[in-house]
Amino acid sequence: MRFEAPRSVEEAVTALAGQTGAHVLAGGTDLLVKLRAEMIEPDLIVDIKRIAGMREIAAEEGGWRIGAAVSGAEMGEHAGLVADWPGVVEAAGLIGSTQVQGRATLAGNLCNASPAADSVPAMVAAGAVARIVGPEGTRDLAVIDVPKGPGKTALERGEFIASIFLPARGARSGDAYLRFIPRTEMDIAVVGCGISLSLDEAGRVTAARVALGAVGPKVILVEAAAEAIKRRVLDEAALSDLAEACSKAATPIDDKRGTVAFRRHVAGVLARRAAVIAEARAKGETA
Amino acid sequence: MSRIHVTTKINGDETEFLCEAEATLLDVLRDELGLTGTKEGCGTGDCGACSVTVDGRLVCSCLMLGAEAEGREITTIEGMATGETLHPLQKKFIEMAALQCGICTPGILVAAKSLLERNPDPSEEEVRYWLAGNLCRCTGYDKIIRAVLDTAADMRRAS
Repeated sequence: MRFEAPRSVEEAVTALAGQTGAHVLAGGTDLLVKLRAEMIEPDLIVDIKRIAGMREIAAEEGGWRIGAAVSGAEMGEHAGLVADWPGVVEAAGLIGSTQVQGRATLAGNLCNASPAADSVPAMVAAGAVARIVGPEGTRDLAVIDVPKGPGKTALERGEFIASIFLPARGARSGDAYLRFIPRTEMDIAVVGCGISLSLDEAGRVTAARVALGAVGPKVILVEAAAEAIKRRVLDEAALSDLAEACSKAATPIDDKRGTVAFRRHVAGVLARRAAVIAEARAKGETA
Repeated sequence: MSRIHVTTKINGDETEFLCEAEATLLDVLRDELGLTGTKEGCGTGDCGACSVTVDGRLVCSCLMLGAEAEGREITTIEGMATGETLHPLQKKFIEMAALQCGICTPGILVAAKSLLERNPDPSEEEVRYWLAGNLCRCTGYDKIIRAVLDTAADMRRAS
């Protein structure tokens, strides 16, 4: 195995495209585990952290561009990002321990393509867009279209994610992410739910995106759930409709972490609770 | 394959080493540099026994390649005491017997020091969450948490 730490996107793309069995290294919290378990046996590892911009959080058109090597801890310490997208930051912050937070990245969580990835439903709810660089140039792809199934992504050979863009959000907007785990920390989501919503002055929902994780082979954007709460205040009836839409949209499997029936139920419960948190944030009642 | 030449700073000292591309920072610390205070527990980032800081950031050295250390500043448990003078956390762990077999202890000390540098007055809950990635199979954690809180209180009084 060889190791390269290129200084530019072009060099990285050339290295990745020129070698079969090449893997990108950002935070390494998934890659090194797979390496040790011999799940992968790369010929080349390309560390992208020395490329300009990869470790930066930059304001762009009212939103935030998060470099592919920015860690969860760095996101949590960025006041502007936390103020604008608290749900995305809290989702990323749920991944692993303090030590893992020191390295783990949004882009890595996305590319690892686990159905239970915590940051992915939050990013999908936020309408996040991945900027992908590769031999054919640069392209933007909605985060929801990046995972194709467990462990599979839409990235072509030689491509990697350079950054994640969280768009500008309007006034009276808020987001939240909740997951269910049997412990309080250091566990994999049995169900995860990210919600982003905007309210009008009367508190009615004007726009919403609701995404579920760990209840299907990839993240699910539940349009019926968003429709269920649009033009409504989030009263008990609206929240019940939201929960029902999420339970219906979930397509989970039975496994050691949860049954189909339990996961369907919990998808609704989490959606309801996350909506209440997002609403409070949108109203400016809580951070 | 030729080995990779890395120049880095470890516990304040300029250090050079050669490593294979596959070698983790943990492998390098223990097997190349003889810094065996950093322990290998799981090797998969779950137990925290291999905790070090890189540019001031707490990480698992088993989840980082040695080659990534180029130009970085690394601090290990060996950098915690000043000569023969133990760090207040180290003294307190001995005084309160916040360890039994000792395998997790270096990682816990490094992690706890990192917490107190950021937050000199953590709540018990904050200490427990911060150290959630440091597993201890002996103590049941209680003595560890108390020792960290007690040290924090001592250090606040001293400052």
